[in-house]
Amino acid sequence: MSAQPDLLYSEEEEALRAAVRDLLADHCDAPGVIARIESDAPHNLALWKALTDGMGLAGLLVPEALDGQGATHREAAVVLEELGRAVAPVPYLTSAVVATEALLACGTDDLLTELASGTSIGALAVALNVAPGAAYKVVQHENGLLHGELTGIADAAVADVLLVPADDGGLYAVDATAATVTPQVSLDLTRPLATVTLDGAPGRLLGDAEPAVRRSLRAGAGLLASEQLGLADWTLTETVRYLKDRKQFNRPVGGFQSLKHRLAQLWLEVANLRAAARNAADALSTGQDADVAVTVAQAYAAPVAVHAAEEALQLHGGIGMTWEHPVHLYLKRAKADSIAYGTAGAHREALAGLVDLQAP
Amino acid sequence: MTSAEELRRRTQDLLAAHPPASTDRLDFLRARFDAGLAWVHYPEGLGGLGAPRSLQAVVDAELEAAGAPDNDPRRIGIGLGMAAPTILKYGTEEQKQRLLRPLWVGEEVWCQLFSEPGAGSDLAALRTRAVREDGGTSRSSEAESGGGWVVNGQKVWTSSAHVARWAILIARTDPDVPKHRGITYFLCDMTDPGVEVRPLRQITGEAEFNEVFLTDVRIPDSRRLGEVGDGWRVAQTTLNNERVAIGGMRLPREGGMIGPVSKTWRERPELRTHDLHQRLLKLWGEAEVARLTGERLRQQLVAGQPGPEGAGMKLAFARLNQEISGLEVELLGEEGLLYDDWTMRRPELVDFTGREAGYRYLRSKGNSIEGGTSEVLLNIVAERVLGLPSEPRTDKDVAWKDLAR
Repeated sequence: MSAQPDLLYSEEEEALRAAVRDLLADHCDAPGVIARIESDAPHNLALWKALTDGMGLAGLLVPEALDGQGATHREAAVVLEELGRAVAPVPYLTSAVVATEALLACGTDDLLTELASGTSIGALAVALNVAPGAAYKVVQHENGLLHGELTGIADAAVADVLLVPADDGGLYAVDATAATVTPQVSLDLTRPLATVTLDGAPGRLLGDAEPAVRRSLRAGAGLLASEQLGLADWTLTETVRYLKDRKQFNRPVGGFQSLKHRLAQLWLEVANLRAAARNAADALSTGQDADVAVTVAQAYAAPVAVHAAEEALQLHGGIGMTWEHPVHLYLKRAKADSIAYGTAGAHREALAGLVDLQAP
Repeated sequence: MTSAEELRRRTQDLLAAHPPASTDRLDFLRARFDAGLAWVHYPEGLGGLGAPRSLQAVVDAELEAAGAPDNDPRRIGIGLGMAAPTILKYGTEEQKQRLLRPLWVGEEVWCQLFSEPGAGSDLAALRTRAVREDGGTSRSSEAESGGGWVVNGQKVWTSSAHVARWAILIARTDPDVPKHRGITYFLCDMTDPGVEVRPLRQITGEAEFNEVFLTDVRIPDSRRLGEVGDGWRVAQTTLNNERVAIGGMRLPREGGMIGPVSKTWRERPELRTHDLHQRLLKLWGEAEVARLTGERLRQQLVAGQPGPEGAGMKLAFARLNQEISGLEVELLGEEGLLYDDWTMRRPELVDFTGREAGYRYLRSKGNSIEGGTSEVLLNIVAERVLGLPSEPRTDKDVAWKDLAR
């Protein structure tokens, strides 16, 4: 805890945000997302191509020597804030952060280069709800081939390569064409889950699964807080905008003090979340105090994002309950995010060990 | 513009001319003030050098390293944080020259006579009256006529009143106009025979604050700050600086109310229960996030991009202080049934995290009331940050004397 974390956004980070936001305005409006999520192709791969091929954002965490951008978690966090704000159905967190971190842990240079370009999408075959350091399901490794079924794998439907932990302690790369990927009906249709079935699939050993999975889930949990910040910020901003406009009893609904206080409270929570999320992103980039920073951020972020989305729905009244209005996209994403990479409660339990506040 | 290097040199010159080890404390502080190193962002001749405020840290670090005495800022917080910036902005040359130096060195303590029994959140409704001594009216057209004012009324929640030499005071000078427009700002001499200070005992047993009764207190017109009738605007400077002072704190992890309860938890395993564990971890995380928000706010100020988060910080700290200290009393079990000391005392310094859990629990109840209630702060956030409609007002265009009481 020597140097203070940098909790602000640099000019470059703000420029990156503006560029991503512009792109999302063109490629990812709410009616488009609502139409897409019930189609056979819920992911927006045209947007993915623009983010990766056009802007190189899949390679932010990959060193320049491997054709990445050589940037840090701070920049990736800014991208995730904007993707969260738009509930964008792209595999950014799962491929450009979580799968990429697993490959960085294993030193798998060729796959890192592929993922960095965005032409190949990776997915860590660990259920989305697993917290960093928690137990996860593995497949059987027999005679060089992998057998087994894994459920709850986010964005597997669009993955080209699956990173699969096996019972021999190894992490294997499996070509998605060698696996059976079956979409599951998911609460959050913008980050759909799938079942991965391996029936004698060939796998390439990358390294030890445990440290790679732990590292990738920690980065996923830490940067998820920035996505949750984007979600919460959108719901607050949109609700405030709507309540200034919406009139009942011959006055703007936003002028009623009970609602003003709820929105002010929400604003305070979002301001707090911004500090916690920036702290986690900065700590992941420096490696300093990262376990505590990520755990604190995730213990705080999920309840705030869910609260923001639930308040947005309630304060929108009837329109918020319709399929047509986008607030349900945010509610579903926020609720799914509250389970992703460990619940707030799981992170609080982890905190007990990290800061020496032991259970009875 | 004065550079950090220049400030370092000036500080070393001060230390060489007035070695702290062999110089009287007050003499050293006066010399520091005269060298422009008291508050470097103040003008030359008034304890500063017109330098950027952020460079004060350079001076402070040099002086601390040399073991120089400081002006005990916690003891004179109202003077430094509230009276001084207001005097600087609205004071006459004579007022600045007379008042700022003894204020800064701590020879003259200041207190604030704003709140009244009938004017808390609605401060502008205050009833303390200031009337021209010659019996004339108090219209601003006659403001230059000199003479003095006679003040009558009652103020409350005044910390340091019993040790203060001066007070910043707002009083009603014109009851015939709407409430915000009939107020004037004065600098009140607390040694005037008409000033009576009575301790106000609070739920902790002690009297950190006072009631101040003003009976025919005479204030010369030369001690008026700003124009007659412009006191509300002048007071905004005071109140805004209060918020800046609150937002500037920097805390280490576990530096606030969460520190003592975490320590107790670690040292007293026999007190632990599962329920308390869940609640403690939740509050620990929230306290850490609030600390980070404060740190982020501070970084924004340093970077010259002050954010509106300051308004929210006080809300967060009030709630956390109350919940954490409440948890601590519960954790202590049988000991939580006891209290360290109910003796009526008048402490000069107050530490929210000092004394024992029971005191912390009771004192923190004031955190959501003092310096703006949490309910009013939520209104402020909603209206000024989020831009939501203002509360309906029925008192804006009504003369103060016609308002319902």
